[in-house]
Amino acid sequence: MSADRPARLAETDGSTAPGIEFRDVTVRGDDGRVILDSLTMAVPRGEIVALLGPSGAGKTTALRAVAGFQAPSSGQVLLAGRDVTSVAPRDRGIGMVVQSYALFPHMSVAQNVAYGLRSRGVRRRDTTERVREALAMVGMASFADRRPSSLSGGQQQRVAIARALAPRPAVLLLDEPLSALDAQLRSGMLAELARLHRELPDVTMLYVTHGQNEALALADRIAVMADARLVEYGASESLYRDPEYAFTARFLGASNVLEGMVAGDHEVLVHGAPSALRLVEPVRGGSTVRLSVRPHRVRLLCGDEHGTNELAVTVTDVQWRGATHHVTGTIGTQSFAAELLELSVPPTVGSTVRFGFEPHDVVVVRDPATAVRPDHGTAEAAVPGPSRASRHTLARSMP
Amino acid sequence: MTAVLGAPPALPRPRTRVTGPAVAALVPLAVLLVLGVYPLVLLLSNAVHDDLGTVDLARWGELFGNPVFLDVIWTTVRIGVLTTIGCVALGTFLALVIAFVPFPGTGFVVGALNVAVSFPSFLITLALVFVWGDVGVVNGGLAAIGLGPVHLLDGQWGVVLAEVVYFTPFVLRPVLGALENVDRRQVEVAESLGAGPWRIIRTVVLPEVLPAIAAGGALVLMYSLNEFGIVLFTGAKDVQTLPTLVYSQAIGRGEYQTAAIAAVVNVAVSIGLYLVARRVTRAGVR
Repeated sequence: MSADRPARLAETDGSTAPGIEFRDVTVRGDDGRVILDSLTMAVPRGEIVALLGPSGAGKTTALRAVAGFQAPSSGQVLLAGRDVTSVAPRDRGIGMVVQSYALFPHMSVAQNVAYGLRSRGVRRRDTTERVREALAMVGMASFADRRPSSLSGGQQQRVAIARALAPRPAVLLLDEPLSALDAQLRSGMLAELARLHRELPDVTMLYVTHGQNEALALADRIAVMADARLVEYGASESLYRDPEYAFTARFLGASNVLEGMVAGDHEVLVHGAPSALRLVEPVRGGSTVRLSVRPHRVRLLCGDEHGTNELAVTVTDVQWRGATHHVTGTIGTQSFAAELLELSVPPTVGSTVRFGFEPHDVVVVRDPATAVRPDHGTAEAAVPGPSRASRHTLARSMP
Repeated sequence: MTAVLGAPPALPRPRTRVTGPAVAALVPLAVLLVLGVYPLVLLLSNAVHDDLGTVDLARWGELFGNPVFLDVIWTTVRIGVLTTIGCVALGTFLALVIAFVPFPGTGFVVGALNVAVSFPSFLITLALVFVWGDVGVVNGGLAAIGLGPVHLLDGQWGVVLAEVVYFTPFVLRPVLGALENVDRRQVEVAESLGAGPWRIIRTVVLPEVLPAIAAGGALVLMYSLNEFGIVLFTGAKDVQTLPTLVYSQAIGRGEYQTAAIAAVVNVAVSIGLYLVARRVTRAGVR
């Protein structure tokens, strides 16, 4: 597949146009409620972008707007630079994979995969060849004559992916494709999808998920969504390491978000803590800030051990998770969790322990729910809302 | 059971467990025998005995040698099959429209259907007679402007029309139910794969609701072969089916053996056609 470039179904106006572009797309539900709020976002051609968020975040709505099943009340959807907002779903040249597989139960695996080729008028002889090719790509060649009902969930999803890819679409939409699979199958399929992404470098993929692991493992970029809005959009790694918003920090990697007072150019005094934390990035004095600290960047200090940053935490819960101990506790009124490599002597509930971490493990985050004041900022000026912020992060991450 | 005081209490229990369900099963069986099987046996017995109670099979030969009787059988089958074809086509079409074409008042239409099904069959026919009959609204209006009467209800087509009107909901309702269970995601995926509406209906939707269509069709076939009220009320004098023959022979002339033979033939035709229909649709579904 990767050797010969797939024939494009959608016409392109040059390779520089993004594979998928949302321009201020707003979608209203049947009851008039806004279910996607002025989304502006570009997915570079050939990349996988994960739409990540809790249920009701608007991520599936965004995907359905690209597919054409949800008409925007305002804004435009572009595929490879072409405005498809008013184009029928069947003329958009997209492939779609859904959580329930949605295989046609009365057709064989091969007939399922051939469906898109037959309805687009590909000749019967070529169809056979391309069905074989598509099934081979997902490792299902020997199942061509089987019925979907005789396949396992993972196999059915492979067939669904082959069916979506057989017409060689420029855009592949994946709506929670692994949510119906058990954990072990899911990690196997993640690896498969990553391989497909490498083998099909020209196919732009939009991947809706509520699982941060899937998003981090697969996506080039992640768009974090909440309450019908885009919270933050950026390259997966930078979004994980340096989230702009508290919501992103919590949702992508379950970070600790602590509130504190600025005590110096690089120092913040966390409420309830005796001494200030040191930061790498500068903060401006005289106000409260929010800090994100990843639970797994923390180590337990014992005896006379000391860290650059230290927090005394009253332990409220200790969970053994096999390879790690998950310790939860409080600093004053704020909660704090640490993921520690399995301890020989775990702390007891009610005791006070000291956790240590380095200045580069502390990231300043904002909270879009409350108005962001200028002196909160990282380096740039204040950003009032999530949509502005997304453009900001977009500008930073786009080449 | 209480007499065996010394025995462990576990012993009597299996017996009650067996007899309980057995008794429970005997009750419906007895009801079935009394209400269903006995009259059928009586009917069969009547069909092979003459009015004096002696065994007489000559009537069978007489009847099957009579072209009028054979024509009655053929008419019954013809009307049944035509009605079924009409109901399946109309019912499936209407169900597809109701399910896929969004229009206000869908709920009202479905509700009205449920009410229509609860009407006695002759009521619809009577209504049709009022509109299309020889002295109905349409012919009255035509006569007023000097045009000849239309005989829509005369003959078998009148019967078929009335039966299609009455029996269509029996196809429509199960098909509508099956359509609601068709995964909308399948339809969307088919659309994203480039299929148009007609292709989606033909290749994705219809195959999935085929069992419902077959079930509804079989039901209509059964009802139609045994329909009495509609045939009588359309007033098509030259249309005689097995049920009306049974009626006229038994009530009109007191020819009980002929009536019984016609009834047995009616049952045989019903069961035979039902089995054929089931075999055909099963092969189609596979």
